[in-house]
Amino acid sequence: MGNMNFLDKASLDLLMPMNMILDPDGRILHAGPTLRKLRPEEDFIGQNVLDVFELRDDGRQHEDSVLPLNKKLYVSFKSGLPTQLKGVATPIVQKKYLLLNLSFGISVVDAVRDYSLTLGDFAPTELAIEMLYLVEAKSAVLEETKQLNRRLQGAKVVAEEQAFTDTLTGLKNRRALDHILDQMVQREVPFALMQLDLDYFKAVNDTLGHAAGDAVLQNVAKILAAETRDDDIVARVGGDEFILIMHKQIDPKILLKIARRIIVQLEVPVPFNGTVCQISGSVGITTTANYDIVDFEQMMQDADTALYASKHEGRARANFYDPEMVPTDTIEPAAVASR
Amino acid sequence: MHGMINRAIQCFLRDTYGPDVWADVAKKADFGFDNFEAMLSYPDRMTVKLLTTSARRLSKPLESLLEDIGTYLVSHPNVEAIRRLLRFGGDDYKEFMFSLNQIEGRCRLALPDLEVPKLELVENRDGTHTLTCQHKMAGFGYAMVGIMRAMADDYGALVLLEHQGRRGTGVEIINIHLLEESFATGRSFDLTAKAG
Repeated sequence: MGNMNFLDKASLDLLMPMNMILDPDGRILHAGPTLRKLRPEEDFIGQNVLDVFELRDDGRQHEDSVLPLNKKLYVSFKSGLPTQLKGVATPIVQKKYLLLNLSFGISVVDAVRDYSLTLGDFAPTELAIEMLYLVEAKSAVLEETKQLNRRLQGAKVVAEEQAFTDTLTGLKNRRALDHILDQMVQREVPFALMQLDLDYFKAVNDTLGHAAGDAVLQNVAKILAAETRDDDIVARVGGDEFILIMHKQIDPKILLKIARRIIVQLEVPVPFNGTVCQISGSVGITTTANYDIVDFEQMMQDADTALYASKHEGRARANFYDPEMVPTDTIEPAAVASR
Repeated sequence: MHGMINRAIQCFLRDTYGPDVWADVAKKADFGFDNFEAMLSYPDRMTVKLLTTSARRLSKPLESLLEDIGTYLVSHPNVEAIRRLLRFGGDDYKEFMFSLNQIEGRCRLALPDLEVPKLELVENRDGTHTLTCQHKMAGFGYAMVGIMRAMADDYGALVLLEHQGRRGTGVEIINIHLLEESFATGRSFDLTAKAG
């Protein structure tokens, strides 16, 4: 080191706080202050650099030298935390020594935490501080973005839940129906409740796929809209279940006529991708005239009972609710089989 | 899986096959939505469903689909940022290959919760290289083959890439034979991105 007349150790340690001076065999003669801070218990002096570090040479040849020279290299500590360091080694003082200058590279964020490093541990020219600054700033912005995303996502879910429209068909949904029926019952408006279940729809879905199923549902929506008046309400309340509210219409004859007309329309085959989808429908009807006190839950149940009867008459039928009918939920499987 | 990965697959389908194909896949996969957000996290099964549904829709083996996604990530102008970040790896293809050893750390700096595969590149005695790719979701290695191939074009290098299949859980091996470092003129790369 005596021949190194242009740089003393203090200047070297200031400019490169993670330097090592090695003899040609790799014996460590000197180690900079930040390197020493990483391994306070360990005395580097006298050890071989390859005993301290695991060298990853990335395919660079260095037969005639203990380290690859004048090229980027990576080393990591053999003992303790395997912090990875980036560096370059170059011969100095007429090739009598090797100067190995190291830095943290990608591991800087972890290293600052793991070794409690401070500003003074970095060379004044080193970009590590700017890097830490950027990482912190970016993390703060990223966190804000994530929170914003979560808020927006939450708002979207709420908006969808509050929506009154079935997005596939454009008809009212169950939520909207409950809301409107509540109001109609309160205002004592007479109406008919018609429950429609599609028949053979599952077969279309299963054999021709969801896209065909969707096309059928959209067509059903079109038929129902055409067969009802502006004051009536058409809602899709399940996969293939619809409810029609006929405003101020309680005449059984007319209602059955409407129901049959709908069924006829439903049975018109729907072309899809070179083939046709064939479905039908079953209907159950009840009206507010059947009740002293109108309870729409009860009306739904009764319409369902009437619908069930239609299904068991061989589908494609419409039935009016009759108190003689057996409610759906009390029918035993055995009783169904014997019908 | 990170939204960034799902979003990348979505953009791949949209940019390569058109918005209709993406809409079709989103519908068939039955997610209940038709747009992945890059900054949200999604259950892993959605990514699996997304990939299998896409493969079926495009009548492609899953492996080729993943490789195409890898190629897309490097070569499509819409995702130029990814190519640029990869080019930071080195001045030539060999240096780029070894920079893959650093990529996990670099990604962690940028997006700590992005689960990138653990990559390890070693040089073999015969001068060829072996890339080990490890991720909880098998198949990332095929995407890596696409990325490595497209990056070779980017650098103008001539390489032979061979996916050796999986070893154990989630570990994939890729053999790389760098035949010629400067076989063709690669695409240019400046450290600073041009404004606009």
